Amino acid sequence: MLSSFGVILVFFIFALLLVAAAIITAAIIRPSHPNKTKLMNYESGIEPVGTPWILFNTRFYLIALAYIIFDVELVLLFPWAVSFRGLGWSAFIAMLIFVFILVLGLFYDWAKGYLDWDKPKPYIPELKDFIDTKE
Amino acid sequence: MDTNIIYSLLGENFVSYAIMAIIIILFITVYALIAILAELKISAWMQRRYGPWRNTWHGVGQPLIEVFKLLQKENITPDRADKFLFNLAPFVVFMGALMAFAVIPFGELFIPSDLNVGIFYAFAVSAFGVVGIIIGGWSSHNKYSLLGSMRAAAQMVSYEIPIAICLLSIATLNGSLNMETIVVAQSGWFWDWNIFGGAGGATKLFVIPFTLSLFIIYFIASLAETNRTPFDLPEGESELVAGYSTEYSGMKFAMFYLAEYTNMFIVSALITVMFLGGWNSPFGDFLNYVWLQPAWFIAKAFGIVVMQIIIRWTLPRLRIDQLMYTSWKVLVPCGLFCFLGVALYSMLSL
Repeated sequence: MLSSFGVILVFFIFALLLVAAAIITAAIIRPSHPNKTKLMNYESGIEPVGTPWILFNTRFYLIALAYIIFDVELVLLFPWAVSFRGLGWSAFIAMLIFVFILVLGLFYDWAKGYLDWDKPKPYIPELKDFIDTKE
Repeated sequence: MDTNIIYSLLGENFVSYAIMAIIIILFITVYALIAILAELKISAWMQRRYGPWRNTWHGVGQPLIEVFKLLQKENITPDRADKFLFNLAPFVVFMGALMAFAVIPFGELFIPSDLNVGIFYAFAVSAFGVVGIIIGGWSSHNKYSLLGSMRAAAQMVSYEIPIAICLLSIATLNGSLNMETIVVAQSGWFWDWNIFGGAGGATKLFVIPFTLSLFIIYFIASLAETNRTPFDLPEGESELVAGYSTEYSGMKFAMFYLAEYTNMFIVSALITVMFLGGWNSPFGDFLNYVWLQPAWFIAKAFGIVVMQIIIRWTLPRLRIDQLMYTSWKVLVPCGLFCFLGVALYSMLSL
């Protein structure tokens, strides 16, 4: 007897099978004539310059960090949401304090500017920029 | 388990589970073809074009023909790419999409798996897709792909917080994470749905603004989760060619495409379960038979998919700083406020 998670295992296996079947069918039908130019990385038609595997903007890291903190704290709220009916007002107040700390963290991030992405600051030329002021 | 007609007919074993999985896969295939056609036709209708027209009757065979075209396309793996991860990515992306289907309750007798943490599981598994997108984008050794996948990751993790808050509020309102319990709690007329505060007397007037706002928050966040316009920065074709799928061709690209449309259905199905009464008929007992429940469910979910398509062809793309602003400074505080409102209502109505 499989549990209800057994169904999920079966779905997992069938997902892999479906993708494998699609790719293998295509492999039988499709042509294959690779050459050096064809296997080059696409870079808008010019030859690729350098490697994309470089250090990346730390903004992405900060967002991921904020996400982990929030998600872990929200996961801790789920048990309360399911079982608050038998717990009464004391649990409700405990939950309020927990959410308050969560919101405090959000406002801290907000005030520190961690949630701000670099806004584009376009240079808009004005008329005086084009006038040569030097004699 | 008496929650599935196939399991009660064939017994609970590997064979019946496999049949259920095959039915779901067939459903996904047919649905994806219809959704792609709908996308083509609705965009054409909104832009005063005909859309696909010449190949079959009114062009309805277009998606199927595209599948056969993609089958015959040469499969190009760039020689500088990480070959193993490059081939692994379509599997991971589609796996996350299909595994979430295991808990979608199509009807009283059509629940593949009646998990007691159903909503939480669907939320967890649908986040799998972003792992596949990062794998695919990074391993392509292409600048466009890497940028697209990094954007997809930042966007998905930002918009998962509002989604988690919405799930939390619905779990509080119905006191359960089980999808069947949530749907049964909304049975009756359409004003008993969770979008209108769930079943309850006149006191639920207090909670209706909160649940309506939660519905809107969830809908916006789900657009971002599926990388649909106005949140399609990961594949913004005017700046990133095709985003994370730039280097993919042939059937592997088709798998990314299929996973995108499958994810659209999953978020729509979750909206249907959480806010729109699941398999229940909107009009009390009108046509509310066990055999018609999947039809109601699919009709509601497909309605949400059509709404997503219409929005795609209406709104322009957001900038990335606007994207982060929308998530962290608008949706998260509003969502937490609505959650507190729903929690207070649930405590008072005990």
